[in-house]
Amino acid sequence: MSQRVVITGLGIVSPMGDAVETVWQGMMTGKNGFNKTTIFDATTFPSKFCAEVKNYDFGKFVKNTELHKHGNRGTKFVLGATVQACKQAKIDVETDNPKDGIDRTRLGIYLGAGEGSIDTENFFEALIAGYDSETSKMDFAKWTEVASVKFSPQHELEQEPNMPISHIALLAGVRGPTRSCLTACAASTQAVGEAYKIIQRGDADVIIAGGAHSMIHPLGITGFNRLTALSTNNDNWQTASRPFSATRDGFVIGEGGAIVILETLESAKKRGVEILGEIIGFGSTNDAFRVTDMHEEARGAVNAIQAAIKDAKITKEQVQYINAHGTSTSENDSIETRAIKTVFGDYAKKLPVSSVKGMLGHLIGAAGCAELITCVMALRDNTLPPTMNYSEPDPELDLDYVPNKPRKVENLEIVLNESFGFGGQNNVLVVRKFKD
Amino acid sequence: MNMPQVVITGFGSVNPLGLTAEKMWDGICNGKCGIKTVSAFDASKFKCQLAGEVAEFSIRDYVPKSHRKATKLMSRDIELSVIAAREAVQLAGLVTKDAESGETNIEPLMTAINFGAGLISADLDELAAAVGTSITDGKFDMHKWGAEGMNALTPLWLLKYLPNMLACHIGIIHDMQGPSNTITCGEVSSHIAIIEASQVIQRGQAQLALAGGGEAKVTPVVLMRQILLDRAMFSSNDNPQGACRPFDSKAGGSVFGEAAGVIVLEDADRAKNRHAKIFAVVAGTGQSNSLNPVLHQLEPSGQAIKIAIEKAIKEAKISPADIDLIVPHGTGIPCDDAAEAKGIQDALGEAVKNIAVLPIKSMVSNAGAASGSLDVIAAVCAMRDSVIPAAKNFDSPIAGCKLKINTKKIEKKIRYALCTGYTFGGQTAAVVLKNYNG
Repeated sequence: MSQRVVITGLGIVSPMGDAVETVWQGMMTGKNGFNKTTIFDATTFPSKFCAEVKNYDFGKFVKNTELHKHGNRGTKFVLGATVQACKQAKIDVETDNPKDGIDRTRLGIYLGAGEGSIDTENFFEALIAGYDSETSKMDFAKWTEVASVKFSPQHELEQEPNMPISHIALLAGVRGPTRSCLTACAASTQAVGEAYKIIQRGDADVIIAGGAHSMIHPLGITGFNRLTALSTNNDNWQTASRPFSATRDGFVIGEGGAIVILETLESAKKRGVEILGEIIGFGSTNDAFRVTDMHEEARGAVNAIQAAIKDAKITKEQVQYINAHGTSTSENDSIETRAIKTVFGDYAKKLPVSSVKGMLGHLIGAAGCAELITCVMALRDNTLPPTMNYSEPDPELDLDYVPNKPRKVENLEIVLNESFGFGGQNNVLVVRKFKD
Repeated sequence: MNMPQVVITGFGSVNPLGLTAEKMWDGICNGKCGIKTVSAFDASKFKCQLAGEVAEFSIRDYVPKSHRKATKLMSRDIELSVIAAREAVQLAGLVTKDAESGETNIEPLMTAINFGAGLISADLDELAAAVGTSITDGKFDMHKWGAEGMNALTPLWLLKYLPNMLACHIGIIHDMQGPSNTITCGEVSSHIAIIEASQVIQRGQAQLALAGGGEAKVTPVVLMRQILLDRAMFSSNDNPQGACRPFDSKAGGSVFGEAAGVIVLEDADRAKNRHAKIFAVVAGTGQSNSLNPVLHQLEPSGQAIKIAIEKAIKEAKISPADIDLIVPHGTGIPCDDAAEAKGIQDALGEAVKNIAVLPIKSMVSNAGAASGSLDVIAAVCAMRDSVIPAAKNFDSPIAGCKLKINTKKIEKKIRYALCTGYTFGGQTAAVVLKNYNG
């Protein structure tokens, strides 16, 4: 019999705040985390707004700030989220002498984490120094003269996508399996799913799992703007993220860190910590269709939902709510709706589906875990978070999207968390309210 | 509950010793070295001007007609990986969509891809040509860039540089629709990808998997990063062949390169049913994490290497004396080599005196996220041929290293082989392979 895997801690640093309860209460009142971009001067960019983490003080959570001071934005966010989650799960951090009853060789980390921002100013300075406008080519001898002096070793190292887990390992003294993955916007759902499987297999008792990412930097926004994936509704930026609505025109990019503590039921009981929910299924697939678009018939998404339901050993009618990927792009929201209809058939009409990206924005690598946290809160309060800014129904999209207001429900027990990423990455988790 | 056995039924690689895994193995057996002066760009002002580069190829020769257009969206990391995957698939006797011949012999939904990828650097020539439109008074002008400059970049620019695109292109070419993950743990990425892929098969969510990694580190930004971190060899620019010296007392740093390696992992029953040639069994794996505040170096105690090896050996249900070959990470960075050696020694105890150790980076260079897959391929080939080639550039050990670096080619049946890996940042891994033929 494989281990039951429960959730014993939650932590988040997001555009809507740096505490789970703050973010959740914000969602209950339809708040959002959007703002005109301040991280860099985006005033002439096609998208001049985003969802930034605001007024974040990482010293509020981390004592030894010196040790982590070079960490990239994502790293600092996820360290704050880790401290919150570990506190709730009674895991000792920043100590050489933990007394939490967890064998450090059986404590792991699994993040879906993005790369840190380039060293923007110095990067462009070197690039321009090396650029020969006559030939439109780079002179790398000239580039080297600037880069070798201006680039900092720390900044270069901290761009590496495994740095967030490396910092968490130092924070919590982790000696078990540690992994970082990056499957675009599905990364942290994948991380939690794989972490669940590592525990189930018996390779760890506790895993700090989740995501960290910030792509709110000039080249990140450039990349998404060129793909026309971002909303350019600059006049209505407060309501620009409108998943499943007919007037949606792209996602609002966010940033953040999100953590769940996964633990064997046995360990959680032995340590006497509160159990917040249980992961019971995980499905991962790839569209294997095109790098540019999702499969028209949503085959990868359908397969992932089915795989997760099969893994959870439940029937599809037992699913009571879907926390959608719902990015507010034309393509995702149509294909995701199609996938849900294909899998659930007639039952799809009775199945509430919502996307919190209308409030939180799209946290990219950290999105999946941030949304998983809202699933856990929904289970706790028997309340579904709303799809905000749902103003005009799209005739093609006819599911119950829980528009504009949270909804109280009875006995919410089993929910699905869906995440899809560029390249056809599909990851789905099944979460259940804990029952002994 | 008995978990399914996972076996290796194919492998492929593109590397500085050649465009196939067999060429790499042949090169290693003959002490060849793929390290030369950088030719990809003008590195004459770099402190380290050496790299392991892959010979010229045209990616269009390695993809099916249906995927030719998509080659425009491939960074070099993707190209290398796609080529290695084709070789692995063919060696394993798999017929996939890539063959464009109708009948295939894989189930798309039960075929996984777990791939290791690095932090892919944007092509600076391409980026500079676009940035060149947004310069005011010799400085980058963000306003110009946002308003129009960025339009000089192709709309799909970002897709070339997402790490998961290595696995995604392979998935599309071969129609592999099962679980797919991309591990981004620096130089231990493909070790971890191989571990995860075998676990995906063990848990029944796939029967077959492509696992490995690819990284093209010979770009200005990536090499500069290693130089700034003091991880590269600076004092051997006039002697490329002797530059990378794992565990040697005269080692002075690593030499970076580009490569991809792909392993076909398969449920043993499936492999037997289709009468596939089985090269080795993935017998045990383990992982840990180094805890060094100096994040780009392993902790001197090698503790995280020791823990990973102990877990892998325990899972394989063997004792250290059953191991006949170790392929270590062995980068040629003195402090890391010393720490890795200590970790291996502490994990294996007395038995370590008798186990041959073959570091291969002196020949294939340090290809980051690809390196673990190259190590595993070398171990599998050694097992297949019952040969342990001689290490290159090893004369006398660095202080504290008691490993038996193999200095003369020997013929020997290999019962178990151990591959160890780690990365800047501290993640470690160990993989124990068992000889399938006893």
